[in-house]
Amino acid sequence: MHVIVCIKQVPDTTNVKINPETNTLMRDGVESILNPFDEYALEMGLKLKDTQGARVSVITMGPPQADVILRDAIARGADDGVLLTDRAFAGADTLATSYALSLAIKKVNEHPDLVLFGKQAIDGDTAQVGPGVSEYLGYTLLCNVKSLTVEGNHFQAESVYEEGSDIWEGDFPCVMTVLKEAPAPRFASLRGCMNARKAKTQWLAAKDTNADPERLGLKGSPTKVVKIFSPPVRDCEMKCVWKSDKAKALSSILDALKKKGALK
Amino acid sequence: MDEAPIIINQDKCKGCKKCVKGCPFGALEMVDKKATLVGDCRACMSCVEACPFGAITARKNENANAADLTQYKNVWVFAEQRGGKIHKVVFELLATGRRLADDRGCELCAVLLGDQISGQAQDLIRHGADKVYVVDQPSLGEYEADTYTDALYKLIDKYKPEVILAGATAIGRSFVARAAVRARTGLTADCTNLSIDKETFLLHQTRPAFGGNIMATIMTPNHRPQMSTVRPGVFRANEPDPSRNGEVLMEQLELVARKLKLVKSIRKEGDSIDIAEAEILVSGGRGMAKAENFGMLEDLAHLLGGTVSASRPCVDAGWISSARQVGQTGKTVAPKIYMAFGISGAIQHLAGISGADYVIAVNRDENAPIFGVANLGIVGDVMEIIPALIEALKKAKAGN
Repeated sequence: MHVIVCIKQVPDTTNVKINPETNTLMRDGVESILNPFDEYALEMGLKLKDTQGARVSVITMGPPQADVILRDAIARGADDGVLLTDRAFAGADTLATSYALSLAIKKVNEHPDLVLFGKQAIDGDTAQVGPGVSEYLGYTLLCNVKSLTVEGNHFQAESVYEEGSDIWEGDFPCVMTVLKEAPAPRFASLRGCMNARKAKTQWLAAKDTNADPERLGLKGSPTKVVKIFSPPVRDCEMKCVWKSDKAKALSSILDALKKKGALK
Repeated sequence: MDEAPIIINQDKCKGCKKCVKGCPFGALEMVDKKATLVGDCRACMSCVEACPFGAITARKNENANAADLTQYKNVWVFAEQRGGKIHKVVFELLATGRRLADDRGCELCAVLLGDQISGQAQDLIRHGADKVYVVDQPSLGEYEADTYTDALYKLIDKYKPEVILAGATAIGRSFVARAAVRARTGLTADCTNLSIDKETFLLHQTRPAFGGNIMATIMTPNHRPQMSTVRPGVFRANEPDPSRNGEVLMEQLELVARKLKLVKSIRKEGDSIDIAEAEILVSGGRGMAKAENFGMLEDLAHLLGGTVSASRPCVDAGWISSARQVGQTGKTVAPKIYMAFGISGAIQHLAGISGADYVIAVNRDENAPIFGVANLGIVGDVMEIIPALIEALKKAKAGN
């Protein structure tokens, strides 16, 4: 069994701030991390290595420094890692990304049994690349997976939606996207860290994937960002300090509730 | 670099650095006192606007296939249903879709896929649809990505819609993304604003990016359909109009066989409250300190006829169910009143409450970002203020 886990290096968005003067992203000191959702996808793959003896490969697309997350995954137990890196991939939207990733997957294995993604990446939040890759591979798709059991070529998986969840049965191959409700990711072992340091990751450029250059990067992206701006801010109309005037604080809340019809 | 999306005219560049400051991606730098593209240009065109000398221009895209694009017309809304019940986001999308169709001067159509669901078509018309395409067949019974993708794509291929809107729900976020790839077009997720450009008639799609730190307007100039998903609760539905007439078109499609088999469906028990629908939300954050303290919020919500919600740390700590989570990874809410107790206001949380009409924030830290979006802010300890507020409300009610 061969499991491919697609992972992404993302800026730690909890720390991204906007420079109020220039209205631009302040990227200095923003750390890059392995997308938190992808850790759960990786764990789901590694569980299959434990129980089924599956080979687990990780693939990422990004700049050369994204190689670190491949090594992080190898340290946790992945067998091999592929970095898709080329300026031709830059500026890709979800269509172009899905295309490039699906070619890289085929390069690693024409017929992997299972391709896993985290539910979404925290920088883009689109959740579209997993479904996109399933289309290019022609694999069936199961999103928001919480648990997975495997018997030979057969699987049973629980997929969660707003009001509940469905348990589905099927045969591999399949593309799945994994939720944080899935089993918690493991830490790297000491031995894993040593393996990761010595591991040879495979770097692929656009030409190695036999990609149509017209369908890569910015050129291959139907969506164009035409404007970027700061989210509108509401000014705090009134602020009172509880300690200095409790009566005023209370009456202003009551007045507001009355005005908005919550208190008759 | 001759394929960069921008062209910098070195003669016109005066070295003012405004483009360098204006580039959100840090892709421009001054080399020999002239603006130079050194990083990955993402074609946002911020520099084009920033340059006072007109030295930077957008490279014209020659890939456009104009003849093809004119075949595409009408605005579609995917009418998601589960168990025959139309998802409420559909009515919100029909209200927005109606506005877009009127601005574009075209028809608004709904696409209803399922088994034994034709009866729902009239409701879609009452909410604004001119036409409803219905594919009513057993293989579309329970939602499954393969069959739904196949059905939607075949309809796209046959009728060529110009715009498709779908809910950013578990269903919408899975197969619609796949159908967009099959159609080789773009899909913009989680849009918070949609409009038709008055000159180009292109769809402007605005969405939060980088965890809500920044808003981006996105277009799909050369591919059709232009597709967007929208989270439930972001737009408002119109009241149904029983006098509206529309056309229901029954479609028979040859669909792929299902590859997956549904073994069991588990409905979530207990917490069936939908905070996205609440008019008054009493929300607690990390400052509530422990699960027991949410009892006070329940009391307060009860007095106001409101609903209790929470920020993510409370859900992560297990103080409250995840159905109550407000924010980017929880629900987008749009209540008349949002009361935030002990919520500092992480950007992901603020992204979820941007639709709130009036925000009352109570927090110990006077610099908490929540005060930046609040209409009324009280700086103080929630443990003191909530009981006092409950007392005052009881008195005010008794006084009436």
